[in-house]
Formats: sequence, C-alpha cells, structure tokens
Amino acid sequence: MPLPDLLRHSWSVAAKDLLVEFRSRTAILSVAVFVVLVLVVFNFGRDPTAVSNVDLAPSILWVTFTFAAILALNRAFQLELENQALDGLLLAPIDRSSIYLGKLVANLVFVATIELIGVPLLALFFNVRVLPYLGPLAALIALATVGFVAVGTLFSAMTVRTRFAELLLPVLLLPFMIPPLSWAVLATGRLLAGRPLSEIVGWLNMLAVYDIVFVALALLLFPATVNE
Amino acid sequence: MRMLRAGRWITVVGLVLLAGVYVRALAYTPVEQSQGLAQKIFYLHVPAAIWAELAMVFVGLASVFYLFTKDPRLDRFAAASAEVGTVFCAIVLTTGPIWGKPIWGTWWTWDARLTFTLFLFLLYVGYLLLRGAVTDPAARARFAAVLGICGMCEVPFIHLSVYMFPTLHPMPIVLKPGAPSLPWSMLSTWLFSLGVFTLLYVGFVVQRYALSYLREQLEAVGEVGHA
Repeated sequence: MPLPDLLRHSWSVAAKDLLVEFRSRTAILSVAVFVVLVLVVFNFGRDPTAVSNVDLAPSILWVTFTFAAILALNRAFQLELENQALDGLLLAPIDRSSIYLGKLVANLVFVATIELIGVPLLALFFNVRVLPYLGPLAALIALATVGFVAVGTLFSAMTVRTRFAELLLPVLLLPFMIPPLSWAVLATGRLLAGRPLSEIVGWLNMLAVYDIVFVALALLLFPATVNE
Repeated sequence: MRMLRAGRWITVVGLVLLAGVYVRALAYTPVEQSQGLAQKIFYLHVPAAIWAELAMVFVGLASVFYLFTKDPRLDRFAAASAEVGTVFCAIVLTTGPIWGKPIWGTWWTWDARLTFTLFLFLLYVGYLLLRGAVTDPAARARFAAVLGICGMCEVPFIHLSVYMFPTLHPMPIVLKPGAPSLPWSMLSTWLFSLGVFTLLYVGFVVQRYALSYLREQLEAVGEVGHA
C-alpha cells in the first residue's frame, strides 16, 4: 500500500477516535481531574524542608503521565468492542498497519493533551522553573511517550479480547514501560536541576532507539493480533 | 510418552550433576580472597542468569517462526521455555540477595542490573498470565508470540543499560571481550555448572513440552467425547 494512502487511512481512524472522545469528553475529564488530584496530594505528603521541589517533580510528572497513558490505552480498543465496531474496522478495505497507526496517533494526542495540562500545573503548584528548558523537556516527554504508547497500543489490541482486559494491560506493559520511563525520569531530573544538555543526550538517544525499534516492531506485529 | 520419560531422565541426570557442582564448588575450588565463601554463589547465580536471559531469546525466536509457519510445536516450545525461564529467573533473584547481604550489606539495591532482572521476571510473569487469560488456542498462540517477540527485543535494552548506569554489580568476568580473568580452577567449576544448568534447561523444557502435548491430545479427545 502506498505511503500517502496509509497515512490518509490512519488519519481517518485517528480522527474518528478523537471525534468520539471530543464529543463525550468522559475519559479526558476524568484523567485531567486525576492529574490535579495527584499534584495536590503529593504537595501535602511532602516535607518542604527535607525534599526540594525539583527533586520530587520528575517522579510526580511521570506518575501522572503513566497513569493517563494506561487509561488512554485501555480505552483505545474497548471503544471498538461495542456493537462489534472492531469487525467493521477490520472489514474496511484498508491496511491493518493503518489501523494501528491511527490508534497510535489518537492515543498520543490523548496523552499529549494530559501532558499539556500536567506540565504547566506542575510548574505552578511546585514552583518549578520549566520555561528555560521547555524545548528539551518537550523533546524528552515526546520521545518517552511515543515509546511506551507504541507498545501499549499493540498490547491493548490483544488484552481487550482476554478475560481480564483492564487488569492485564498494566501487567504486560510494566516491563516495557520501565526502561523508557527510568531514562525519562533520570533525564527530567537533570534537566530541571539546570544541568547542561550534554548530560541527557545519551538518554535521549536511547529513547529514540527504543521508539524506532518498538514502533517498527508494533507495525509489523499488529496484524497478528487482529487476524482471525 | 517417550519424550516425557526422556525429559525426566535428563532432569534426573542434571540434578545429580548439580549435587556434583555443589561438592566441587565447596570442596575442590579455592576460596576467593576478598569475598570468602559468599563468592561460591557465583557458580549458581551466573549460569542461572545466562539461561534466564537465553530462555527469553528462545521464546522470541520460536515466536518469530511461529508467526510465519503457525506450527503448534513452536508455540508449545515457547511456552515451555518461558516457564523454565521464569524458574531460572527466580533462582537469580533469590541467590542474588543471599550474596548481596554479606557483600554489599543490603538484600536489594536499585541497581540497573538488579532492576532489569526484576523486569525480566515480570516479563515472564506477564507472558504466562497472558497465556492463561486467552481461551482460544489459536489466539493464545498468536498473542503469546507477539509478546514473546517484544520481550526478546527488550533483552538487548536490558543488557545495554547495565553499561550505561553506574553500578555496584560485579562486571562480567567470564563473558567479556578478551580472555576470562578467572583462574582455571574456578573457571572449570563454573563451566561445569554452566553445563549442568544447560542440561537442566533441556530436561525441564522437554518435560514441559511433552506435558502440554499430552494435554492438547486429552483436550481434543474430551471435545470429541462431548460432541
């Protein structure tokens, strides 16, 4: 299938998912409330004289993003189970890879929205200086998010059709989430502490390699998860 | 049935030889100067770790070929290898802290290598849970293959990260570029142990493979009986 068609089809799939979410706004609202809740709770559980904001910020940031991502991923194919919508999607005369790409894009937009809410709130509540590092921070968050959302989208296509769908996805995803997440948390810490960029380049490279490997792998493997 | 018996025999021989490893490591191998007796765990820990990682690679390779050929034998082998890998990973995770307590003064530390061995273990657990959660055999084999391939591709990342992070864990002394920096008396015991663990891996996998084959036969007969 030619590349323009693949991209056009995947955009149709993504646009459909995003439209459903935009019309109902159930998932995005519940996650946004959760983000605010986590930020507030962390604030009270912390002794400001013992732990500085900058030390705690990376962990809080990634806890919220991880949870938001798992919620988005569970939703991605759950949506298609109603009225056998998945069968309809599979019967459409489009490449299976474009279904995967579409789901991936929709999930990424969902998680990115949460991240757009989370970062300014973190800066506000915890008085962390984000603006000077906005460029590298955005690159870091994007690279790490693509990594685990790519694997998660692939897995959620399998777990929705198992017996304990919503429970199984985090269990399967955990070992794949931790490498990009640990690099991201370490690099965020360095970045917010004002360390030179050269210190985090290694982690950014690893994240980029991880993304390339797993996005390519997921594209190849996705047909095996939906073919009957 | 013949296969099951063969697997049992290989395992029995492996277990007897494992006792031999204990005797040789404790009585006929010199005590390491700085670590003392705690170092003896190295003869169990490292071979188990090698097979815990290799088992995942075999799961991945079998999964790749399964997706092309749809041969149920490959799926059975992948499942067997994953179960045995889980056991070996558990051996690594238990012998490690036993060594760590006297040498490092702590059972566990969030060191890159320990952390990623834990995730290898979780990977195995996830794989086995996924197999248990799908009832349709064809879907189970396909889903497990997808996860197995992803798991295999993660092992290099796990392995590389050991060299990227500051670590307390001893660096490789046998499998490293250049010659092993180990006296022959210790190296020979270690190689002997590696051989025994290889034998145990083969024995366990053959048994497990034969059992799942028998179970499938039984299920097929059961379905016919119900119909």
